[in-house]
Amino acid sequence: MDVIIENLPLYWEGLLRTLFLSVVSGIIALVLGTFLAAARVSPVAALRGFSTVYVEVLRNTPLTIAFFFAAIVLPRLGVTFEQFEVAAIIALSAYTSAFIAEAVRSGVNSVPVGQAEAARSIGMKFGQVLSLIILPQALRTVIPPMINILIALVKNSSVAGAFFVLELFGYGRQMANANGDQVMAVLLGVAFFYLLLTVPLGILASTVERKVAIAR
Amino acid sequence: MSSVLYDVPGPKARRVSLIGSVIGSVLIIGLLAWIIMTLAQQGIFEGRRWAIFTRGDVWMLLGNGIGATLSAAAIAAVIAFPLGLVLCLLRISLVPWIRIPTRVVLEFLRGMPVVLMMLFVLLVFGTSSFIAVVAGLVLYNAAIFAEILRAGIQSLPKGQREAGLTIGLTSFQSRMLIELPQAVRRMMPSLVAQLVVLLKDTSLGYIVAYGELLRAVQVMADFLGNAYLFPIFFVAAAIYIAINICVSRFAVWIERRGSKKAAGGVAKAEPAAVETAAK
Repeated sequence: MDVIIENLPLYWEGLLRTLFLSVVSGIIALVLGTFLAAARVSPVAALRGFSTVYVEVLRNTPLTIAFFFAAIVLPRLGVTFEQFEVAAIIALSAYTSAFIAEAVRSGVNSVPVGQAEAARSIGMKFGQVLSLIILPQALRTVIPPMINILIALVKNSSVAGAFFVLELFGYGRQMANANGDQVMAVLLGVAFFYLLLTVPLGILASTVERKVAIAR
Repeated sequence: MSSVLYDVPGPKARRVSLIGSVIGSVLIIGLLAWIIMTLAQQGIFEGRRWAIFTRGDVWMLLGNGIGATLSAAAIAAVIAFPLGLVLCLLRISLVPWIRIPTRVVLEFLRGMPVVLMMLFVLLVFGTSSFIAVVAGLVLYNAAIFAEILRAGIQSLPKGQREAGLTIGLTSFQSRMLIELPQAVRRMMPSLVAQLVVLLKDTSLGYIVAYGELLRAVQVMADFLGNAYLFPIFFVAAAIYIAINICVSRFAVWIERRGSKKAAGGVAKAEPAAVETAAK
């Protein structure tokens, strides 16, 4: 226990860094994912094709490979970063956006056909149908799966710890090395701080899910 | 291709769409060309860099990496599924002091990064990295399997269990003989999707120094020199992604087949399953 209390500032800093990575990548992924989903259902064939390929490839890429590419391969190709955080954010948001895109697309499919038909029959164009009628309803139904994707994002950000970014997992590894005799306490501390982030999000997801379920 | 979202395009819309497609394609091709140019300036496409793939030992090392990846995934899957089944039964047990602790354990396991569990096993129990990888994967995926099966059992009509109890089966018999077989069938797509996740997560073994595919890439790049990093990484990533896409396709195929064949169809993936898919 003493180890945890002694190192509380490190844990705190790691927690903040994890939160920072998750929030920034989460926002980028949400925006990018929504655009990808819109492209996936658009009438323009090239957009559909691009979005499909992107989602298929990224969804099937292990996150470690994405990180390896962003943190180790890119710099050796001449794309260098001031901080490794940038590489981590690139990898995390590119990876997560594919899952967001799939979630939004399933939401679009879950909106009753009549909604789109009604919108079109009053003369709306594709862009209007999508942005005014379909997406607002779709995004609402996909909030619970979306929160689950964000939980996964928080957990996934731990991979950054292995690629030179000092977040919760990175600090955990460092502390475990420094306190060889109390590894268990150190790592349980790390676990506790992850749960501090993921469990409330999980509860939020199930609450929202219940609310949405009543509404429909 | 028509969709409820837009009219079947007329001549004008088709023209606009075609122009859009052409411009989009040109942009993407331009981007690719720029990347290839940049790479070419770094000398990536020199023959000697790719000539290493004519060497047998490079392929042997890559093969070993793939073997290590697949064997860790296979062993973990084989252990995790029965364990998930047991956890699922405990989780829906009628006895509160079995159900509630199990729930806490499952929440704990699900809320944790897999790589943290691997590191925990590696450092605390001082095992080999192979055991650490498998143990991390087993713990996490057993919890997910348990949740998927629970969702499957709860999606069954109530009458199934009632009928089982009525003809004199015990609660346990009803779970094993009536409910679980149906739940497994219903949740097959989610279960296979989770297998893809498991396969992907073996790459986390890289972090705990398990000699899987990515580690093999790193070792070869260190040994042969940085010049070869890109070609080796490119080939290894392509192999990895190809394997995953095949398993994903298999999952989609099962889902299509299941929704046609299984009585009552396949249950829609629950949100819990979507989370697992994201991992």
